[in-house]
Amino acid sequence: MWVDQILQGVLLGGYYALIACGLSFMFGVMRIINLAHGSIAVLAAYLVWMVAEQWKISPFLALVAVLPVMAAAGWLLQRTVLERSLRSGALTPLLSTFGLAIVLDNLMFERFGADTRSLAPNIGDLAFNSWSLPGGITVGYLALLTFVVAVALLGGLALFLDRTKLGRSIRATAEDADTAELVGVDSRRVYAAATAIALMTVAIAGTFLAMRATFDPYAGSTQLIFAFEAIVIGGAGSLWGTLVGGIVLGVAQNLGSQISPQGFLIAGHTVFLAILGARFLLAGRDPRALVHALRRKSA
Amino acid sequence: MEHLDARHGLLQAVRDVSFAVPEGEILALVGANGAGKTTLLRTIAGAHRQTAGRVLFDGSDVSAVRANRRVGLGIALVPEGRRLFGGMTVEENLLVAGASGRAGRWTVDRVLEVFPMLRPRLKLSSGKLSGGEQQATAIGRALMTNPRVLLLDEVSLGLAPIVVDRVYDSLQAVIAAGATIVLVEQDLGRALRIATRVVCMLEGRVVLEGTAAGVTREQVTQAYFGLRRAGESGSSPT
Repeated sequence: MWVDQILQGVLLGGYYALIACGLSFMFGVMRIINLAHGSIAVLAAYLVWMVAEQWKISPFLALVAVLPVMAAAGWLLQRTVLERSLRSGALTPLLSTFGLAIVLDNLMFERFGADTRSLAPNIGDLAFNSWSLPGGITVGYLALLTFVVAVALLGGLALFLDRTKLGRSIRATAEDADTAELVGVDSRRVYAAATAIALMTVAIAGTFLAMRATFDPYAGSTQLIFAFEAIVIGGAGSLWGTLVGGIVLGVAQNLGSQISPQGFLIAGHTVFLAILGARFLLAGRDPRALVHALRRKSA
Repeated sequence: MEHLDARHGLLQAVRDVSFAVPEGEILALVGANGAGKTTLLRTIAGAHRQTAGRVLFDGSDVSAVRANRRVGLGIALVPEGRRLFGGMTVEENLLVAGASGRAGRWTVDRVLEVFPMLRPRLKLSSGKLSGGEQQATAIGRALMTNPRVLLLDEVSLGLAPIVVDRVYDSLQAVIAAGATIVLVEQDLGRALRIATRVVCMLEGRVVLEGTAAGVTREQVTQAYFGLRRAGESGSSPT
């Protein structure tokens, strides 16, 4: 029973890591907390859903078509909104992405209405089949696939940052954009590329959101909260920390639901607050030190 | 003959400074703290916007060119305080610059020939290096962009004298390869030894300019502290 709950929690954590990946990446590179993150994931879910329905193709194929669109959207977002916001201080990106979230939510409501949608009917067996393990434990195909994709995506991103030319430029710019410029790195292009990559991961996350559950135009904020909690638990800006954070959150929620039917969300939020509080205490009650502690593990 | 000519009319930090650096010259920029040397170097590199005046490189105006594009033209700055990417290894610091700068002959191997002390440190995080090794990495990083003019800001800052000697010895190898260098140096004796020409700044203005062999230490010292307006034919109109 407990083993099952923990295992399911780990798999759920894979989903949280997946949804948090883009948020973590953007924070790690640009120090932007993108409050439109959840709404963009929902937007990607709608795009994939539209393409899949229109041409009657698998959501995975539809995702392949949507990825370049999201990359272009990321590039545009950086060049038109975030770049200007970043220049006006730390608070402005928060405000502008918050505003963007509201605009996106309501545009989606305008276009798609209040009906909830899901991609679950489009993926056949994958949505509900599972393996049975000894001890009455079942592992869903989709849950496991989500987890594997999350690990592959985070690992792929880590490798990309470590081994490639663009990856090194991104890390250099993340550390010190002014000095990166002095060795010839075009920080504006690097930021735009990083945002494009982040939004591609958000498209993947949005597709999995739509396959495992239902979504509606206002579903973004819940996704944002889980993603944010996973990042804070795991250490902001660290990609592997994001995976750990997602798993801790997923396990806590599942164990909480064992204790009480309402325990699912409460347990997750409690763990999040407890870890935030612990970091606060360890950082010596200095809010600036707290921010520093959050950033310490930056990718 | 290729020319580097830099003119500035900066507010406050650098005031109406004009001088030219011909190719192959080692120009030492000396002056007290706050004389505007660092700002001047940063303006040449494009990290700082001039408020008036122009920076000319190779005869063309680069005043509006962003810093990263000036690197592509061949202007590289080793910033004050080294400013390495501390979360990255020494090798990665070099590779980032190598990938983004001008094409040319500098490679990681060549940098290691000039700074052999970096060889065992290559895979180490650059934040864990000693001060001298960090400075060597910072210079190596700038060299990786294959600069035609290298701007060195306070190379000896915070280093033990013996370490400074070693860094300057290594620089001789760079100079021997025919580099054009503008360096800011607090140590007057060292500046006069390495440079072919000296420019002394005071409160943002050029107060003394001459060949390193043609000016005496006393002249520089007086200009340095503003005791007397010393100058040769090339000094700036103030």
